[in-house]
This record gives sequence, structure tokens and C-alpha cells, in this order.
Amino acid sequence: MSGTGGGRAVDVVVIGGGHCGLATSHTLAQQGIAHVVIERGEVGNAWRTERWDSLRLLTPNWMCRLPGRAYDGPDPDGYLRAPEVADFLAAYAAGLQAPVQTHTRVQRVSAAEGGYRVQTDRGDWRCRAVVLASGACSRPVVPTLAAAFPPDVVQRTARDYRRADDLPPGGVLVVGASATGLQLAQEIRRSGRRVLLATGEHVRMPRLYRGRDVQWWLLASGLLDQRIETVDDPARARRLPSPQLVGSALRETLDLNAVQREGVEVCGRLVGVRGRRVLFSGSLHNVCTLADLKMDRLLDAFDTWAAAHGREAGVEPPQRFEPTRVAASPRLHAELGTELHAVVWATGYQPDFGWLDLPVFDRRGALRHDRGAVIGAPGVVVLGLPFLRRRKSSFIHGAEDDVREIVADLAGHLDRCARRPGCATLA
Amino acid sequence: MSNPAPTPRADNGVNVDALLTARAALTDAPEGARFRWRATSQWLNGTHSRSTVDGFYGLGAEQRHRSSFEYDCDHPEIFAATDRGATPVEFVLVGLAGCLSAGIASVAQYRNIQLRSVRATVEAGMDLQGVLGIDERVRNGFDGIRVHYEIDADATPEQIAAVVAQSQKRSAVFDIVTNPTDVTVTVHKA
Repeated sequence: MSGTGGGRAVDVVVIGGGHCGLATSHTLAQQGIAHVVIERGEVGNAWRTERWDSLRLLTPNWMCRLPGRAYDGPDPDGYLRAPEVADFLAAYAAGLQAPVQTHTRVQRVSAAEGGYRVQTDRGDWRCRAVVLASGACSRPVVPTLAAAFPPDVVQRTARDYRRADDLPPGGVLVVGASATGLQLAQEIRRSGRRVLLATGEHVRMPRLYRGRDVQWWLLASGLLDQRIETVDDPARARRLPSPQLVGSALRETLDLNAVQREGVEVCGRLVGVRGRRVLFSGSLHNVCTLADLKMDRLLDAFDTWAAAHGREAGVEPPQRFEPTRVAASPRLHAELGTELHAVVWATGYQPDFGWLDLPVFDRRGALRHDRGAVIGAPGVVVLGLPFLRRRKSSFIHGAEDDVREIVADLAGHLDRCARRPGCATLA
Repeated sequence: MSNPAPTPRADNGVNVDALLTARAALTDAPEGARFRWRATSQWLNGTHSRSTVDGFYGLGAEQRHRSSFEYDCDHPEIFAATDRGATPVEFVLVGLAGCLSAGIASVAQYRNIQLRSVRATVEAGMDLQGVLGIDERVRNGFDGIRVHYEIDADATPEQIAAVVAQSQKRSAVFDIVTNPTDVTVTVHKA
């Protein structure tokens, strides 16, 4: 196939060699669809190079599976460390003999005759379809008020942070109370530093409920399989922060009460910087009440499900947990340079599609898609974003069902392309 | 009987459908969502002033209340004032209660919860050593606000608590009092 555009031709280019990209490669290969996986580093790059040392998955090992391969190690109830996730993915890629082109950076994806052109620093590709599998957590989100911090205050994002000892001595402000924020607050506190945790809306869950991992409950009760079409407010469901969980050998619960027991001071959401003073919202009581009420509704739903489905025998009796303790008068400000010497932003991640040169973004810069099918670019699909199709879409084990459906759609697209005059060859 | 009895609809006097329609419309027309609220105030004498609220801007145009509303502000006699109206800080409490209760009615309506009574008690602490400049470490404003609701409704205590929590989450005045707001005051010699 030679054309005016130059570069190699292939039906599908998959961008990203993480769990979604590899699961897609597996499923495309099963259907005999020619494809290549473009990976900027090694397989599972982010797990090797962009995560903190102590990070473990929030899901137990028995949930760790991709199409055609499941965890089969000695510790099904444990939680993989980040490098172990990368190893799992590398073994998966090797088993698939996936056509991964490593150490290749995508520079631009644009429309071309018959499909799309994918330019990389190691040559160009022409294709009929593109799978965006570069991940939901490419770029840390840092609020604009970060720019107002004095320059002597060290700032780290969750992506830059590796270990507590890399921070200067002295107090640390951790911003964000999702899984990341709580884990980092606990770890930094254990290094002997004073830690303030700025806390907005959050999702509280026990690690174990009635003797079982909470992820078991979420999966068994069908919540993780819930489809986006059945959710009242899809935009909100997709924005939900990760639940306060940690994967640890002790399988302990990590919530605001746990970190407060270790001496972390919980404050309201970070809302301003005035000179050397940081300001916290007075809404801490309410965000904790919201999270407690929401957790109790979730546990009620688990109990109702267990009773209705005859699962009472396999689990312990229902439990309820102590409400989140909030100081009578939570502090509303702290001083930078005296009380606090560093800030760690655990304020979430965004995908990064900066190289996607197609009219597919809304006015806020977010990719417009319908359950993964990118709007305005036939044959371009995205995978692995939170609640893309199901609540589990961004989980490793969640890739399989989404990939199966999306690859079926892609196969249809390729068939239609092949039948359309002028689309038979890629330019 | 071919038709089952209709599910009773809660009626708290809130037109939720209109609110949802407005929400959808303003999602597509963000400029219409930019409102400007206004009040004017005339000093009368001593600590007594009278504020008037009648117009505001929203939905891309000037709007008017059904009538003009007037509020007298003063301070109590123990401050050697004439006490012809509520103290300004009390207006803050009035605004907070009004906003939270409106939110409670709206959220309850949306969740099909019939309210029978909603009663708020709002109390704020203040150390006058701040405003009087006695102690620089004491702030002028409240050292905390406590709001207590007594609510009778067709719902469980947990559902009622969730309505009150959601109302705080979506309340403008709750946000205004819990988070900093930039304030610019200008002056011109008349």
C-alpha cells in the first residue's frame, strides 16, 4: 500500500501500552485485525516511572485479570505493588506477542485520506482507526492557586512524589482526600513530619466489610458492572474521586479517622492563599457528613443484596463504622514557611490528548465521546477513562468488557470502510 | 380497577421541573447563568441605615423583583444604638438560614420527600474584642456558626440528614460564609 502520506499502513493504531492498550491488542488479534501498539516507554510505563514507591493497587490480586490472563500468584487477597503491575503487564504483552513499538512517542494524530495519520518520533503510521489507550491519569491536576504559593514552599504532585524523605524537613500540606491524598498523608506523617490534610468531598469505604474486601462487595453486588446509561448524573459519576482505600498487607481501613489517630490534622478544602497564609473552607463538617451518609447507604445496599441473594452464610454480620471525627472548630488557616514547608497536590489526574489534532474537544478541553466512541472522529475510540461504559471501566479488570464491545464496534467500522469506494486504500 | 393508585407526589411548593429545565438551558448557554445581585444602602443616622433590594441582572437582562424590599439595619441599645433594625451580622444569619431552607425544600421536592415543617435555629459566636480592636489576635467576624434543623417529613432520619447535607453542598450563602470572597470597596466624594 503506497500513498502520498508516507509511513506504514495498518488497520488500527493503539496508543498506549498499558492494560487497556494490551487488552485491545489481544482482542484485535483474536479477530485478525492488523494493528500496532505505540508505547512511549516500556509496557506499563506509568507504573514504573510515574508512581510513588509504596503504591499498591486498590483492588485485591484475585481481581487482577485481563482478557486471557489472570493473576495466579500465591497471594490472591494481597495487592500488587506498582512495579509488580508493570511486570504483570509485561508478561501479558510477552504472552500475547503483542506488536508493541516501545520507546515511541506520538506527536500528532490527524485526519487523512481513508482514516488517520499518526506521527511519532520514530516514523508515521496511516490507519483507519485509532484507539486512545494512553490512560486516565496522564497529567496531574493542580489548582490554579498553586501559582500563588511563595517560591520557598516545595510543591510536589502525586506523580512527582516518590517518598517522604524527598520532602524538606518540616510541616507538609497534603491537598486532596482521595486514596492518594490519604495514603501520602499517612506515609508523610509516619516519617515524623507534621501533616495537614485539606479535605473536600470524598468517598469513604472500609477496606473489609463483613469480613470481605469491599471490592468483592462492589463486584459481587453488581455495582462495578453498572452501566453509565443507568446512572442519574453521568458527568458526576465520572468525576467521583477514588475511594479512600489502601492496599496493604494488614488490609486495614484508611479513612479520616485512621489518619487522625496517627496525628494528621484534617482541615477543610484548600480555598485560598493570602501572602504566606493558606485558607481552608469551613465546610469540613458537611463534606464528612456527606461521605458518612453515602458510605452507610452503600453498606445498606450491600446488606440488602446479601439478604436477597442468599449470601449471608459466607459473610460476617452487618457492621457500621464510627462517624468521621471532626474537631469542634477545625482550623481555617495555616502559615507557610513556619508551619508548612511543602505542599503535595493529590488533586486528581486528567488524561492528556495534547497530540490529538482533531476537532473532538468541548469548550472546557475535554474529549467528547459517547461511551468511548469519540464524537466527530469515526473510528477513533477511547478506553480506560472513569465510568466510560461501566463503573469498573478504569480498573484493570474492567478493561475486558469495554474492550470486547469497542473492538466489535471497530470491526464494524473497518468493514464499512472496506466497502466504501475510495476508502479501500489509505493515503 | 385497572390502574394502580398513583404514587403520591410530594408538594413542597417548589417547581423542580422548572429548575431542571433552567439547569439544562444554562448548561448550553453559560452566559445566561452569570447573575449580578445588588443592594443599595442609605445611611440614616447613627448606626441606622436602610438597604433596598429591587433589581438584579440575570439570564442576559436586567430583572426586577415583584416589589422593592427594604431592610433597616441598626445595632442594639446595649451598644448605645437606637435598635431600629437587625444587626448586620444577624442579616448574615438570616441569609444563611433562608438559603439552606430553600435548598432543603428544593432537594426534598426533587427526592419526592414531603416536608411538613422545617425549623432552623442559627447561632453564631463572636468575640467583641476583635471589632473593638482590643485584641489583634481575635477576628472581627464569627468564630463559628451553628445551624440546627428540626424537620418533620415523610422520610427516614438518614434521608432527612442527606437532604440537609445536599442543601449545604449547593448553597450559595453557605459557600460565601465558609470560603473567602474577594471584596473591593471603592469610594467617590459626592
